[in-house]
Amino acid sequence: MTTNYDSFQNSTDDDVVLKVDCLKQHFSSGYGKKKVVVKAVDGISFQIKKGETYGLVGESGCGKTTTGRSIIRLYKPTGGNVWFNGELISGNLTSEQKLRVTQGIQMIFQDPISSLNPRMTVKEIIGEGMIINKLVKSDEELTQKVIEMLRIVGLSDDHISRYPHEFSGGQRQRIGIARVLISNPSLIIADEPISALDVSIQAQVLNLLNDLKKKMGLTLLFIAHDLSVVKYFSDYVGVMYNGKIVECGKPGTIFANPLHPYTKALISAIPIPDPAFERGRTYLSYDGSRFGCAPGNYDLRLISDDHFVYGTEEEHQEFLAEYEARKDLIK
Amino acid sequence: MDREKILEVKDLTITFHTYAGRVQAVRNVSFDLYKGETLAIVGESGSGKSVTNKAIIGILAPTAVVESGSILYKGTNLLDKSEKQWEKIRGNDISMIFQDPMSSLNPLMKVGKQISEVYRLKHKMSGSEAKAKTIKLMKDVGIPEPEKRYEQYPFHFSGGMRQRIVIAIALASDPNILICDEPTTALDVTIQAQVLKLIEDMEDMRDLSTIFITHDLGVVAHVADRIAVMYAGKIVEYGLAEEIFYNPQHPYTWSLMSSMPDMDIEDEEELYVIQGTPPNMLHPPVGDAFAERNPYALKLDYEQEPPLFKVSDTHYAATWLLHPKSPKMELPATLVRRIETGKARRRELGNDN
Repeated sequence: MTTNYDSFQNSTDDDVVLKVDCLKQHFSSGYGKKKVVVKAVDGISFQIKKGETYGLVGESGCGKTTTGRSIIRLYKPTGGNVWFNGELISGNLTSEQKLRVTQGIQMIFQDPISSLNPRMTVKEIIGEGMIINKLVKSDEELTQKVIEMLRIVGLSDDHISRYPHEFSGGQRQRIGIARVLISNPSLIIADEPISALDVSIQAQVLNLLNDLKKKMGLTLLFIAHDLSVVKYFSDYVGVMYNGKIVECGKPGTIFANPLHPYTKALISAIPIPDPAFERGRTYLSYDGSRFGCAPGNYDLRLISDDHFVYGTEEEHQEFLAEYEARKDLIK
Repeated sequence: MDREKILEVKDLTITFHTYAGRVQAVRNVSFDLYKGETLAIVGESGSGKSVTNKAIIGILAPTAVVESGSILYKGTNLLDKSEKQWEKIRGNDISMIFQDPMSSLNPLMKVGKQISEVYRLKHKMSGSEAKAKTIKLMKDVGIPEPEKRYEQYPFHFSGGMRQRIVIAIALASDPNILICDEPTTALDVTIQAQVLKLIEDMEDMRDLSTIFITHDLGVVAHVADRIAVMYAGKIVEYGLAEEIFYNPQHPYTWSLMSSMPDMDIEDEEELYVIQGTPPNMLHPPVGDAFAERNPYALKLDYEQEPPLFKVSDTHYAATWLLHPKSPKMELPATLVRRIETGKARRRELGNDN
């Protein structure tokens, strides 16, 4: 009997901040014969421990953003459960519970320009959450807090009364990060936080997030399509395809020894800044039409340590054999 | 190598006249494009790479003024052409692929019509002839079931397929020069690989010379024969792809190459960061424009602009560090490691062959 991911998940739950269990998010359009159901997220499970960063990778349209949005209750999940700090947060909640969720989970968005209100000053943007949640008593205290946050993200005190248009892209993303950090959330969902930024700015923001992660012990769900960034940044990686997690494990394991054909194709497609290598390389391609068509029970099954691959019982045996064959080669 | 020069850009200077003053977008840019090669222009946004290429295809905004310089193609200066003459050149000689395939296609027009339009207008073909040609071209760029796809609208297509349509339109009238302005930035890695492969195949098939604009060095390594690095409206370094990747000279090239994480990066390794933001081109700084953000800047960098120093016959860089009297600098650690792994990989590949 092979271990599947669900039983692995249940065995450890001491300091789990977020636990997603078989989350499903379907969208439908049209009625009767014309009804179309899009299974954006189709039964995914994962958990994030305190202080850990979980990287979710996949191509556009695979459902990674939807996952983030379902967790933060922007959509009503079709099925499955989400636990946050041991509390069930999917489904109907009382207003107190909602407050705990909205305070405890914060989100960093992709586009810093459209996620900041152009008519609010930096102080209003960053402090809004504090005021709404009544976490500060006086205006001076708020100013104090905001200035503290600005310094943490590498902006200066006099930026406090400026408007978003006065900042560059990287600085705007810093404001977005300060807004998230001020309410001291236990989980941050970062949805492609650097893909809209310029090359020279991306490294600045990545380093800032990395620093903050170490200093403040942040717990992050990091959603991105850039594999090298995810590898650099995450403690645990889930590769998503077609609404499912097809492979998950430690980044080192997955990148050194990818087993699912989609993960292989994805890794083979990463351009590497080395002309000699690029000239001779071949890309693997993945035929998506075969995904999930083989007869049998599909599940995330254990390969080794905490490396799981999605497939049927039969495919699992193949993956295992492949792993055994390559294990020695890698070490 | 005595290769045929197909395009020659000389001392090109372009400014934008705005209410705030004159923005010096391109300053004294010169480069050549040889037949059959791919030249990659690298740089961050605002470095003038797109403006340069818009000048080459003659689609500069009305506020842009070409202050000086020339663009020689087939012995004539493109900058002297009238709009009527330009219409003959665009498409037939020079074509362009843009970044976002959705906004460069007409959402209200069937894709087949958008491609066959080129045949009907440029080559004066009849409707049925144009359709036959279009379907063949759609097949060439890898669109399955072209007969069915011919009748569909852009929203029916995925991002990668849309970019294939845009490539088909650009290639329909058989150009000599293809300008690709970040053609894969909006696409996923797997799709990006397919589109790059397609562009490569098309280059071989049609003997195209390509100018490839991008900021992704991985993509550059894949496509480029030669590389020009642009910063603040100037070319700061240019050379063969190997020379730029294995022997970079300009501090800006160093920082670009070491600032992104790659697959070999260690978990604890700090990324190299380019501090600050690009200079305001309304008032470009005196001396080297990169000096402000450059930890390797010399005092001279703030006073005098460095000329292009020769590294080899094909490799030039504009930095005072190449002056014989300047001190020797240590390269960033990340970069040293990357160059080493790159060279090791090259040796390995060399032995294999």
